[in-house]
This record gives sequence, structure tokens and C-alpha cells, in this order.
Amino acid sequence: MRELALHILDVLENAVEAGATRITLTIEEDSSCDRFTFTVRDNGRGMPPELAARVLDPFVTTRQTRHVGLGLPLLAAAAERAGGGVQVRSEPGRGTEVSATFRLRHWDRAPLGDLPGTLLALILGKEGVHLTYLHRVDGREFRLDTAELRQALGEVPLTHPSVRRWLQEYLREGIAGLERPVE
Amino acid sequence: MPKIKSLDDLRRIREEAQQDLRVRLETGTRIIVGMGTCGIAAGARDVMRAILEELDRRKIDAHVETVGCIGMCSCEPLVDIEQAGHARVTYRNIKPHMVPRLIEEHLINGRVVEEWVVGRLPAS
Repeated sequence: MRELALHILDVLENAVEAGATRITLTIEEDSSCDRFTFTVRDNGRGMPPELAARVLDPFVTTRQTRHVGLGLPLLAAAAERAGGGVQVRSEPGRGTEVSATFRLRHWDRAPLGDLPGTLLALILGKEGVHLTYLHRVDGREFRLDTAELRQALGEVPLTHPSVRRWLQEYLREGIAGLERPVE
Repeated sequence: MPKIKSLDDLRRIREEAQQDLRVRLETGTRIIVGMGTCGIAAGARDVMRAILEELDRRKIDAHVETVGCIGMCSCEPLVDIEQAGHARVTYRNIKPHMVPRLIEEHLINGRVVEEWVVGRLPAS
């Protein structure tokens, strides 16, 4: 995958597939430590320890539709290529946390890419899921919580075209505001 | 940092949107985009964005949803269109540039784009 945002979308979709109703995405970019980390935490069904220990194996999957699970192994390969790694913690009935770390300035670190598009795909495609998104770049912070948006909107769904356009702009402006100056 | 839109904007949208809400909630059209690892790697996110933009441009009401892998990875991105009283049609290898024709033919003209179809489920 050419963008980290696509890996993020893949992990978010895994959380949805695990029955999560609440997902927290945290992205931290710290140039002083040369580190980029994203963490997805969900309240889905979780995994027993023996399965959690093997999820980076491409021939391990819980799906019935095919016999390979490439999402996390691809993420692990991308992270290791950029001097980082992936950690998975899970507890049956409680949820799962996937954390991927990259060296921020590593030549082989993929760009973040279209993060607003990734977040919109989740928010609009899975209306029953609450997403909290927190993004920190060198101390600056942008945050979005779909539960707050739903409260402000009442019975109007997030998928309403006017809301969709607002959301797109809100994310685009918020994430653009975090960009570091070119070194 | 640019001036960020506020939740007050959303409250204004809420007031305006309530007028057409009933019509929108009763739309019988669902568009389902495959968003498993294979779909994402094949470009499903951009297809979903193209679908949303085309629906907006043509002022069509439809629920757009995502679904995980159904085991037809080589056919991704897969897009299903389901309309009340009609068969659910699955289209394969959809790219963003194919979306305007798909929406126009299937949703506006009521004609299935046969050369892109990979499967059908009878109307429930």
C-alpha cells in the first residue's frame, strides 16, 4: 500500500469486522524523536492470546471467505522497512489495540496520504460506529469525535450531503493545520 | 493554522436539513463498497469518494456503505447496487473513472451495465 492512510483504513475496518462500536485512532508525529506512531483501539470481540500472537503471519485469519490475512503482515513489513514495528494487544470480550511505529524521517516511510478520505470512508460507511480521532504533531493537536457531531446533529445523519461536505472540509482544514514546515 | 469550521456550523446544517430528512431516510437505494484489505489495496477508498461526489453532483439520495472481503479479491474494488424491488447487482474492478457511467446507467436510466457485472442476488 502506497499510503499509511490506507494501512490505517485497513486496521479500522478490521475493528469494524470484530464488531467494535467504538474505535479510537491516535496518530502521533514527533520530529524530535524521529517517530511516527498510529494506534487503533477498539471495543470489539478481541482475540485469545494464541491468536493475537500469530496475527502477523499472513496464513492466519479468522475469515471464512479466504485463507490468508494480509493486512497486518503488510503493515508490519511497511513499519519494519521504516525502522519500526507493529504491536498487537488483545483480550477476548474487551477489544484489540494495534500500534504501528515508523521512523518519521526514514527514506522508506510511506507518506501519510489521504487521511481525510480514510476517515470519511469509515465514518460514512459505518454509521453505527463511534470514532474518536486524535492527531498530534510536535505538540499541536487536532481532534474529532463522531459522538459529539451526532449530538450536535440530532436526527440528521452524518451521511447527509451537507454534513458530508462540512465533515470533508473540517477534516481537510484540521489535518492541513498540523502540517510541519518543509525542512 | 487555518480557521477550522465549528460545531455551530453543524447546528445550522441540522436546522436546514430537517426539512428534507424524511425523504432522505426513506431512500430505497444502497451502494455497498468492498473495503477489505484487498479492496483497499485495489483502490476502494477512491471509488467510494467518487461515488459520493457523483451522488452529490446529481443530487441522488442513496446510502453508501462498506463491507469486508467476500472472497473475490481479484474482482476488487467490488461495488454492489441494491434498489427496492430489484436484484442486487455486483460490479467488479470498478475504478473512479467508471463511477459516473455506473451511476447514470444503473440509477438514472435503470439499465444494468452488463459488461461490468460479476453477480446478482434476487430481490428480497
